[in-house]
Amino acid sequence: MNLTLKVWRQKNSKEAGNFSTYQVNDITPDMSFLELFDVLNERLIAKGEEPVAFDHDCREGICGMCSMFINGRAHGPWQGTTTCQLHMRAFNDGDTIVVEPWRAAGFPVLKDLVVDRSAFDRVIAAGGFVSANTGNAQDANCLPVPKPDADDAFAAAACIGCGACVAACKNSSAMLFVSAKVSQLALLPQGQVERESRALNMVKQMDEEGFGSCTLTGSCEAACPKEISLENIARLNREYLMANLKKGLF
Amino acid sequence: MSNFLSSSIGKKTVMALTGLFLCVFLVEHLYGNLLLYANDGGAAFIEYSHTLVHSILIRSIEVVLFIAIIVHVVQAVYLTKQNSDARPVKYSVNKVNETSTWFSRNMGITGSFILFFIVVHLYHYFVPYRIMDTVGGPGQINVAQAVKIGLQDPVYAGFYFFSVCLLAFHLNHGFQGAFQTLGLSNKRYAPFLKMAGTGFAVLMFVGFASFPVLFYFGLAGGTF
Repeated sequence: MNLTLKVWRQKNSKEAGNFSTYQVNDITPDMSFLELFDVLNERLIAKGEEPVAFDHDCREGICGMCSMFINGRAHGPWQGTTTCQLHMRAFNDGDTIVVEPWRAAGFPVLKDLVVDRSAFDRVIAAGGFVSANTGNAQDANCLPVPKPDADDAFAAAACIGCGACVAACKNSSAMLFVSAKVSQLALLPQGQVERESRALNMVKQMDEEGFGSCTLTGSCEAACPKEISLENIARLNREYLMANLKKGLF
Repeated sequence: MSNFLSSSIGKKTVMALTGLFLCVFLVEHLYGNLLLYANDGGAAFIEYSHTLVHSILIRSIEVVLFIAIIVHVVQAVYLTKQNSDARPVKYSVNKVNETSTWFSRNMGITGSFILFFIVVHLYHYFVPYRIMDTVGGPGQINVAQAVKIGLQDPVYAGFYFFSVCLLAFHLNHGFQGAFQTLGLSNKRYAPFLKMAGTGFAVLMFVGFASFPVLFYFGLAGGTF
């Protein structure tokens, strides 16, 4: 396959960026999208040019590090797929592919396609944890958890924190991420101790990081590589409202 | 309270509650308007309008209604600004229409037009009847005749019809969204809420759109 890549290049977080166009020939349809960038970078290095900076780690679709906005879609055109699991057979020979970083005030660009997602770490640090001693595996098995709750908690816990929800949302809202993290703990007995403070503090931090609000367009759910459900956002709204009512609105 | 109201979810909660209150008003307004079809020369509609004006309870609710509209609009403007600021650099290619509908993304545009319609609508009917006293008094045309005259104007009837179309799309997204915002949705309820929202939007569309259509084409108000 011969492809034309339009890639966002930005030296650092201070300087303005722009698109550079690269012709990349002899790409096989079996390559992953990140391997396409590996090939591009090797060729750029051979020519003495600066390689394109991009985030990646496990390349197995489970770590949440890769983060490219490909042809107008977070993680590209495939449903429920991270950029590393997107393969070149998703494109046609001769295609022009536009690749941009996640764009959000909460995710400032560090370099090229790399964005700073530490805002998510700060949201987690604000309440996405349990301080109760959860014991070892056998202790957890002694705690009865209704199967539907366990299933919903597990589905929410599948969130890998990649930020595709923020990237895809027209408001750069982090509600899907925060709601998944609040849900997975609110549904389980170990999460009950800090249930209210968790919802209050994580939402407060989310707002402080400059993410927008949810207008229920559903773009986040469609872009999520782990297909986290919008149902979690309703649960977060419920948790937050209840926590405020319990704390006392006045 | 201030912490809750200044949070993003708090603001959306206010949007949801005022929005649902306005939905209740729409139902009441539609009921009143349907009296125009009573085939009694407009007597039921005139009587109804008279009752509204002279009821302390209704006058109080009217104040709440105006406040709800203002709060809904002010919060919407504030949230839109905040949401726009959340993405200072826009994407050069964004296929957002593959993952969401135009109407779900542009509640601000449909809402702004509806607000414009409300202002014109009030100017047309509320102001002459309630403030200027040029309608409904002795020797003046009555409220039913005022409706008929207004809706026989092709520009106003067309504007009314178009506004009702946008209102229906606004309701289709807003109704179910309000329940989601209030946390009253889950995977079992969501499909029903979506259907209820669409059903409500269709009902309001058919109800309100019937007035410009039937009056403009002379199929209603013949006895006024």
